[in-house]
Amino acid sequence: MNTSALILMLSSVGIVTFATAYFFFRVVTAKPKPEPDSYTDNDPV
Amino acid sequence: MSNTENWGSRVGLVLAMAGNAVGLGNFLRFPVQAVQNGGGAFIIPYLVCFLLMGIPLLWVEWAMGRFGGRHGHHSTPFIMHQMDPRRALWKYIGVFGIFTNLAVAAYYCYLESWTLSYIWHSIAGTFIGQSADQVAGFFSTYVDVGVSTTGIPYEAVVFWILCLALNTWILAKGLSGGVEKVAKIGMPLLILFGVILAIRGVTLTAGENGAINDGTVGLNFLWTPDYSAMWSGKVWLAAAGQIFFTLSVGMGTIQCYASYVRKKDDIALNAMSAGWMNEFVEVVLGAAVIIPISIGYLGIDKVVELTKTGGLGLGFKTLPYLFTQWGPVLAAVAGVCWFGLLFFAGVTSSLAMGTPIMGFLKDEFGWKHKNAAWFFGGVVFLLGLPCVFWFSEGVFDEFDYWAGTVSLVVFALFEIILFAWIFGMDKGWNEINAGADIKVPVIFRYIIQYITPLFLIGVFIGSLPAIWEKMNEDVPWQVWVGRVILLSVFFITSWFVYVAYQKRRKQLDTVKP
Repeated sequence: MNTSALILMLSSVGIVTFATAYFFFRVVTAKPKPEPDSYTDNDPV
Repeated sequence: MSNTENWGSRVGLVLAMAGNAVGLGNFLRFPVQAVQNGGGAFIIPYLVCFLLMGIPLLWVEWAMGRFGGRHGHHSTPFIMHQMDPRRALWKYIGVFGIFTNLAVAAYYCYLESWTLSYIWHSIAGTFIGQSADQVAGFFSTYVDVGVSTTGIPYEAVVFWILCLALNTWILAKGLSGGVEKVAKIGMPLLILFGVILAIRGVTLTAGENGAINDGTVGLNFLWTPDYSAMWSGKVWLAAAGQIFFTLSVGMGTIQCYASYVRKKDDIALNAMSAGWMNEFVEVVLGAAVIIPISIGYLGIDKVVELTKTGGLGLGFKTLPYLFTQWGPVLAAVAGVCWFGLLFFAGVTSSLAMGTPIMGFLKDEFGWKHKNAAWFFGGVVFLLGLPCVFWFSEGVFDEFDYWAGTVSLVVFALFEIILFAWIFGMDKGWNEINAGADIKVPVIFRYIIQYITPLFLIGVFIGSLPAIWEKMNEDVPWQVWVGRVILLSVFFITSWFVYVAYQKRRKQLDTVKP
């Protein structure tokens, strides 16, 4: 691959992958809001 | 009101939203657009449009949805009416959020059914031993519904009805029991299949299994920037259009999904996560499959020629043949991965198209959930008939153009004006930030108010010559029937909205002392 293609590809793929992983990580690790919230799986049985 | 449904989990909601956005276009449309619009340089206007138009529209639609859900509305006619109750106009503009989903689902489910059929044919080894022309001819025979490719009479129709029944059955299971479960299974599988194919595509070696180029030749071709293209309005229009279609904005599906989120729960981070997940599938996986594999076997000139007719031909006519070069077992695995990921990309989107219609019927006419799901399936079946039987006459493409392209831009333009200028940015900004788990940069307040509407106006005006050309081209009478059907769907839906509004007014009059 030529240098400019490689730089553009790696930077684009890097930015997109990082942003995807970062925001998904934030979603997964966010503390649940007090009940009643929008999600049934974390409801007290 | 029907606010009795809930999402099972936050991850499920994000995956369902990402699944709504991820569609066949991520793998078939994006790489072709990039090839045709400056190669690697296309990514720059593409990402700029994502930041200035895509992300703002995602936040706007999530915020509209959650606002509407709080008032018992799960479809755009009455979500928009709630945002500006003084003007009758908005609920009829909101009809786009129902019309578009019905019309797009009509042809999209047919397209989705091809992937099911091709999974079957990949496993059955139908393409083994066939020449490139025979595999390409198989597709043309397949969509000519009167001719059977497997001995099953009307095979394409059988797979289409199976696919439609599957969609309806999942929708009847509800949000958390159906849509969310499919997203939780489908999205990880889609990414896994994409990664397997991307690794195979990138590691292709010239001379092995008949390949004439390394996989990196395709990547090099796709990513080599032609910076002069960045000054072309056409390239920017293509980038904006791609962002539009890939995020599924302007359809009313995001509003519907978000309407089941409570005010204190986050939408800002959810929207970012779902939006970037779509970008990952498109930019990282979508770019690493179809072009590198095709160029690996066919060379650059041939692929450039093939992309002139769009990505559908490459995906259904070319790739199945190229997979057979890997031997029967790997061809079957690759076929299942490729058409499997296209199926999951399709089904998570088509399910999203059903929910606004069901929400509308439940909210306004008190329909039961299952009845609403089967009604949706029935209407999509009827609307799909001309797309299936007159595919070769161009009805499929006509539905795609008017409902799947023009309507999205028109609706998004109206909704951003409503949100930023009539509902008002003070209320709008508060709505986006309520319960937010991230701090939304304040610059986006001004982007939503000024830049995004200007972008959308630019996209709309830029599309006008193509619309004019489309309206003036000679088409067969079947296409005119398709156009009349589309107009009828819009007016019938508007009539339903009118009846629902009168019903609401009567109820309010009864409540008043």
